[in-house]
Amino acid sequence: MPTSEQEQLNLDEYKYGFKDPENYVFKPQKGLNTEIIRTISEMKKEPEWMLKFRLKAYDMFLKRPMPNWGGFLGDLDLANIYYYIKPAEKESRSWDDVPDDIKKTFDRLGIPEAERKFLAGVGAQYESEMVYHSIIEELEQKGVIFISSDDGLKKHPELFKKYFGTVVPIGDNKFSAINSVAWSGGSFVYVPPGVKVEMPLQAYFRLNSENSGQFERTLIIADEGSEVNYVEGCTAPTYSSDSFHSGVIEIIVKKGARVRYTTIQNWSNNVYNLVTQRALVEEDGTMEWIDANIGSKLTMKYPSCYLVGKGARGDILSLAFASKNQHQDTGGKMIHAAPHTSSTIISKSISKNGGRSSYRGQVKVHPGCKGVKSSVVCDALLMDDYSRSDTYPYIEVDEPNSSIGHEATVSKVNEEQVFYLMSRGLSEDEATGLIVKGFLEPMIKQLPMEYAIELNRLIELEMEGSIG
Amino acid sequence: MHICKKLEIKNLHVNVEGKEILKGVNLVINTGEVHALMGPNGSGKSTLATSLFGHPNYEITQGEVLLDGEDILEMDVDERARKGMFLAFQYPSEIPGVSVVNFLRMASKARLSSNGGEGMSAREFRKILKEKVALLKMDESFLSRSLNEGFSGGEKKRMEILQMNMLQPNIAVLDETDSGLDVDALKNVSEGVNQLVGENFGALIITHYQRILNYIKPEFVHIMVDGRIANSGGLELVEKIEAEGYDWLVNSPVASAV
Ligand SMILES: Nc1ncnc2c1ncn2[C@@H]1O[C@H](COP(=O)(O)OP(=O)(O)OP(=O)(O)O)[C@@H](O)[C@H]1O
Ligand SMILES: [Mg+2]
Repeated sequence: MPTSEQEQLNLDEYKYGFKDPENYVFKPQKGLNTEIIRTISEMKKEPEWMLKFRLKAYDMFLKRPMPNWGGFLGDLDLANIYYYIKPAEKESRSWDDVPDDIKKTFDRLGIPEAERKFLAGVGAQYESEMVYHSIIEELEQKGVIFISSDDGLKKHPELFKKYFGTVVPIGDNKFSAINSVAWSGGSFVYVPPGVKVEMPLQAYFRLNSENSGQFERTLIIADEGSEVNYVEGCTAPTYSSDSFHSGVIEIIVKKGARVRYTTIQNWSNNVYNLVTQRALVEEDGTMEWIDANIGSKLTMKYPSCYLVGKGARGDILSLAFASKNQHQDTGGKMIHAAPHTSSTIISKSISKNGGRSSYRGQVKVHPGCKGVKSSVVCDALLMDDYSRSDTYPYIEVDEPNSSIGHEATVSKVNEEQVFYLMSRGLSEDEATGLIVKGFLEPMIKQLPMEYAIELNRLIELEMEGSIG
Repeated sequence: MHICKKLEIKNLHVNVEGKEILKGVNLVINTGEVHALMGPNGSGKSTLATSLFGHPNYEITQGEVLLDGEDILEMDVDERARKGMFLAFQYPSEIPGVSVVNFLRMASKARLSSNGGEGMSAREFRKILKEKVALLKMDESFLSRSLNEGFSGGEKKRMEILQMNMLQPNIAVLDETDSGLDVDALKNVSEGVNQLVGENFGALIITHYQRILNYIKPEFVHIMVDGRIANSGGLELVEKIEAEGYDWLVNSPVASAV
């Protein structure tokens, strides 16, 4: 990822706003209907059960109402979206085989470089399909699977079918239903018992055409005692009309396993980002969600953990940055369905230039789950008087023998702090930027270094020219 | 690095929240000079200090402030700092999550880059920083802490002087840096100031007590009463105030009761 000062200085407001010429293998008309669904399924040469799954989901999608909570969805025109765009003939295992235009895009985004430097595997999705997937040989030999979900369905049909749709049921919500209808791409990950994947696996998502929809489906199974760290990043060009991203991420954390899933979401400001992420955590397993939402027009995303085994643990670090014309409605869900499970949600949000961020979180303790511990801390920072921050915590505790904490603070960038820093020669932008970085520091220091750097850089970009 | 030589305050009137606090202050500080400013609580000393640096809540209604003949009232706060002015705050702000060392690195880059000067290498910066920390008898562990967060009153004051030593200003205003310091700290801090005193450094030291002036010798002493400089002289003024208080300077008994 480019980090040199020189490059940073030349950046436009949204660095990833460039677009490629369209050169697709398949692009149908807009909207969703049974004919398109059959076409997608046929092109993918799927088994019959998957087509049935899609058609059933379509039924549910039609029945489910648009959510009337969270962000404003009135402008999201679901009929004006391309649900499936196939960019290339096949998925490659070498960057050399990726079509030139597309490869160039990922080069510009620094993906192959990051892969060489610090990643154990990379997947790259362009529009609807994964165009590249690769994992280091050593892990492959240990039985680690890291391929596109489409390939997962073909190459590991039993494993895939056993878990697919079990964590996020078809009709869970309107958007998981759309995903179940039109899903394409995403990663399929399996880590065998006891195998620890030290370096991260990273998937990169890119939307290129206007009004496109991306519906990746990721399924991660961490078998007993295994460990894996999965990272996703996303960007898109800026168009005048909206695009739509609605992924579904299902994670199964088996006994004693540990999964960390990091999202650095930097969509352009015309993308609706409505994602369902959920993990099922078994006995003594640990699930960590790190969810940084910087881009998009509206994000509604609440990573959740269903703690179903004794001693299971869930952690969510949620970071939201809402600027002009952006609404980040984010948070998390912790469902304690077994005794001695524990969870933490730490949320930090920043709102500036009229942006809006909302924390929406749920902690639920089922009856009989003794010894549950949960703590929720949300801090919001407002950069000016016309930005907005709200907190919507939902806490349902049906077990008296549990300890649940919730704290929330809202602060405004303090004039005295800015004056103090400026009196030492820092510009107003530098001063406010430093205050924001300081606000986020407790969270950023928990990230692996490469992502901390990347996130800091994105935040600096967001802060640039924020005043005057 | 920009070097300035003279700060001139001419008939400065300042309103805070619509109320006139400074009512015509005149003062000239040249580099090479140390001035002391004393005066009763609420007389406007901090208001003067803060106004010189352009705090947005302080409204200048009349008068001029010139730095080497150039009007600074139009300048942004940071520009004044980069020109070589420094304010040691009476109540320094806390900046959570920002380490002292990172902050100082940024500030010193800003200062050194004024007039397109050469930057300092990271190694050079660290070396100088360590020297200054030792000079002020501070513990190096402060460098990795969040700026001023949870610092004791005295620690905050030392941190102000550490910053001043790193930034090497030409005109400094020290607002009650001596208040709340123990005997040893007062000595260390004074040494920190005396390091800078010389032909490229002029200071305005705001204080209530004679004791700091035993270490840092001002040539000029000014007394502020009710928003004006009521009297100026030499060190003999300090002794008179220690002995007699401010009553003899205050015309109206109401003003002194602030
Ligand atoms: N933000 C403010 N709002 C209202 N009044 C203010 C504000 N700032 C200063 N003042 C008033 O201005 C007057 C001068 O205050 P200032 O802090 O300059 O006094 P000082 O001489 O520094 O006093 P001390 O010796 O106690 O530090 C005081 O009456 C104070 O209450
Ligand atoms: Mg004062």
